Amino acid sequence: MSSKKSLSGVNSTANEVRGWLYLLPALLFLAAFMIYPLIDVFIYSFEEGYNSASQTSFGMGLYNYMYILRDPYFLKAVKNTFILVIITVPISTGLSLLIALGLNSIKALKNLYQTIFFLPYVTNTLAVGLVFMILFQKTPYTDGLVNLIIGKFGVSPIDFIDGPYWAKMMVLCIYVIWIVMPFKILILTSALASVPDVYYQSAKIDGTSSWRVFWRITLPMISPMIVYLVITGFIGAFKAYSDAVAIFGINLNAAGMNTIVGYVYDMLYGDGGGYPSYASAAAIVLFAIVLTITVINLMVSSKATDNT
Amino acid sequence: MKVKKSIIYILLSVWAVVVLFPFYWMVLTSFKSYASYAGERIPKFYATHPTFENYRSAFTAVPLAKYFGNTLIFTLATTALMVLVIIFAAYAFARIDFRGRNLMFVLCLALMMIPNELVIITNFVTITDLGMRNTFMGLILPSVTSVFYIYLLKQNFEQVPDELYYAAKVDGTSEFKYLFKVMVPICRPTIITVIILKVIECWNSYVWPRLITDDPNFFLVSNGIQEIRENGFGRDNIPAMMAAVVAVSVPLIILFLIFRKKIMAGVSREGIKG
Amino acid sequence: MNVKIEKLTKVFPSRDKKGSEVRAVDNFNLEIPDGKLVCLLGPSGCGKSTLLYMICGLESPTEGKIFFGDTDVTDIPSEKRGVGLVFQNYALYPHLTVRQNIKFPLENFKGDAKLSKEEMEKRALEAAKLVQIDGLMDRKPGQMSGGQQQRVAIARALVKMPKVLLMDEPLSNLDARLRLQTREEIRRIQRETGITTIFVTHDQEEAMSISDMIVVMKDGVFHQAGKPQDVYDDPVNKFVANFLGTPAINNFEGRVKDGGLYIGDERVLDVKGVGDKDVWVGIRPEGFEVSSDGKLTCELTGVDVMGRDISVVCKNKASDAVIRAIISAENDVDPKSTNVRFNVKPHKTYLFDKNTEERISFT
Repeated sequence: MSSKKSLSGVNSTANEVRGWLYLLPALLFLAAFMIYPLIDVFIYSFEEGYNSASQTSFGMGLYNYMYILRDPYFLKAVKNTFILVIITVPISTGLSLLIALGLNSIKALKNLYQTIFFLPYVTNTLAVGLVFMILFQKTPYTDGLVNLIIGKFGVSPIDFIDGPYWAKMMVLCIYVIWIVMPFKILILTSALASVPDVYYQSAKIDGTSSWRVFWRITLPMISPMIVYLVITGFIGAFKAYSDAVAIFGINLNAAGMNTIVGYVYDMLYGDGGGYPSYASAAAIVLFAIVLTITVINLMVSSKATDNT
Repeated sequence: MKVKKSIIYILLSVWAVVVLFPFYWMVLTSFKSYASYAGERIPKFYATHPTFENYRSAFTAVPLAKYFGNTLIFTLATTALMVLVIIFAAYAFARIDFRGRNLMFVLCLALMMIPNELVIITNFVTITDLGMRNTFMGLILPSVTSVFYIYLLKQNFEQVPDELYYAAKVDGTSEFKYLFKVMVPICRPTIITVIILKVIECWNSYVWPRLITDDPNFFLVSNGIQEIRENGFGRDNIPAMMAAVVAVSVPLIILFLIFRKKIMAGVSREGIKG
Repeated sequence: MNVKIEKLTKVFPSRDKKGSEVRAVDNFNLEIPDGKLVCLLGPSGCGKSTLLYMICGLESPTEGKIFFGDTDVTDIPSEKRGVGLVFQNYALYPHLTVRQNIKFPLENFKGDAKLSKEEMEKRALEAAKLVQIDGLMDRKPGQMSGGQQQRVAIARALVKMPKVLLMDEPLSNLDARLRLQTREEIRRIQRETGITTIFVTHDQEEAMSISDMIVVMKDGVFHQAGKPQDVYDDPVNKFVANFLGTPAINNFEGRVKDGGLYIGDERVLDVKGVGDKDVWVGIRPEGFEVSSDGKLTCELTGVDVMGRDISVVCKNKASDAVIRAIISAENDVDPKSTNVRFNVKPHKTYLFDKNTEERISFT
């Protein structure tokens, strides 16, 4: 008898009731805090001139979208987010692959390295962000550790936290990469470990060079995981926010380092907040961007894997 | 071959330093006195006169203990509620045959793809309208749902052979007893993993608490850190700030070192879901 | 406790919209005598497990009734029927020790039936002793061999003193040696306890060797029931004849004409009381005798000497596959010869209707 066949005959009406009863708590939570909000956010985004105090609006339309698309803060946030994504995703993925390959080729101390590399995953983003801030910060008292180090190479001190745009962006990128690496290293290490040894053994017997082994065996075998990491990396980086807050403080617009998600929250609440309609429109624009990029990613990667 | 190995070890060690250095720096700075820190134009890599003073002021000058307590309540309540909810839901999906089950399950899977940023706006409005800003209820309720963990546990429940259920049934075991005396103990490893991951998530959560609380009496550690940064100690008392940062980071690092294997296995499983 | 099954039918609705419904058990009648070990035997997917699950109460029948003694238990829930169930994969609770596993059913007793802690302990130990695992009470199932785990499962089924013990392919997960050993063990336990036992298996050898009675079924339909040897010697139709016996029975296309049975052009046997028609002929492997003036000529392909016996492998135009004849080693068959001639034993030869495949008796 197939084991998956359920016992259809026994107390089937009781099953109906019990099934829904067991599911009820989860359904209540999901309905209240995911499904309803999901519908609502679209409605908000089209309600023009919504007033959260009187809960009235003038009517439905695209005004909210027009507003945010003309808002320089939003455009700045989009620009920042895109730069962040384009820099951090390739670097963090490539670096993780390199480290995972290294990890996979050693035996001694492997566990220790793995443990260390995973540490940033379990740290509080806000807390460690502060450490990055003081490492890079230039104050009247000190130029900060990073400036001292690059000073040895003859570079004059830069204010990374309050200075030029590119410097601030660099700090943010470094911090984001530092934060996302553990997950990628872990996934790639286990992907590499799951490539069956027989492939390597037979390649060895055939005298394949290690470079060729990497390109022809390892990479194709772990490519689904790399695709997965790139996609989730894009999604994650597009939603960056608390990293920026950690380094530049709550007023990201003033620092010129706001992200799309930051813009959503600022619109919702915080300085100059109280506009859920604008926030909703911005959130939906973000969702549309992420969705588009994910679809493009999937198309590109399926084409790429077809060709190999 | 030797050369290649050495290069690999050097590379890995460089990254280990990159990872560990911020931790080293925050611990180091937290033990420097304010005076000596401010006096070091060129920061020293060691503390000349180590002091616990910063830890004292971290817990006295700002209500860090209060933030800890809040985070603890928030984390425990959210995690406990979530575990209960997902156990029942996963059991319904895995073991009870009822009409609409598959439809509901597909719906849940679809919800996994919805980013939090999209629903947080309405949740903010909902909680505000319910007058639950600056309450634990407001903090906890929207944080309970975790579709992915329902999915993870359901998969695990399904691996328990049907025969165990039949055997229990023939012996007159009630559904409840079967769930909590058989299913839950058998799937304990998964449940523990889920608990740990949720605890980490709760401990580090920042965005929702920031939106829903502006009364420092309800701040969690993340918001507390931000508050300290903006207003506490005076902006320049970096050593005290670092002491607070260390205090906030230590619990999770200890948790991680204890459950290292479980956490890493759980996270890599989370990775496989894609 | 004797078990009676009346017109039992189980229909599974189709899983998808287009598929047709499945009649897993169809109009089944059976009476199982008290205190016997009975095997439900049939190929995989023949509905025997479904039948067992209905007796046990895990499945409810679409139609028909089940009686334990004089009591109609059809609508009585499983836990109130007083049955013990043993599974192919043991279904032990992996997180509990042997002791806790065996005690588990006793902990569910309610009201007057509730047992004291000492009583539970005592009964668990008795059950464990019966299956000879009382030395392993504090192990977890994962630390035991398959055979030991199955004994624990049997002890767990017996501890609540069931009226009927049900076993669903209990030996299939064991390796060959353990299987033999455990089946003897089951036989012994059944004899000692005298509990009516229903045993589901697809392995006819297993069924023949341990049961007081076998019930052969196929596609949810009852075919034949009786003592193993009786069913073997006297199959009611071609399916039963084919299903029992190792090596399997040899099938030929034959013809009855003028009181003689023809295979090909050769008249191999006199058959009286059968009208002229085409028939299926089944001859048991032990139903052949090598003889130089034998009436059935076959093309020899091989001879396997197996000590006591010789297995002669040969072909005949009228047979569908190779013929395997088991003869005494005293006979001398030259492996190099091209043909071999047999006489066939009438009581090892069965005729079946070409269309219905029902047995046609002859004298």
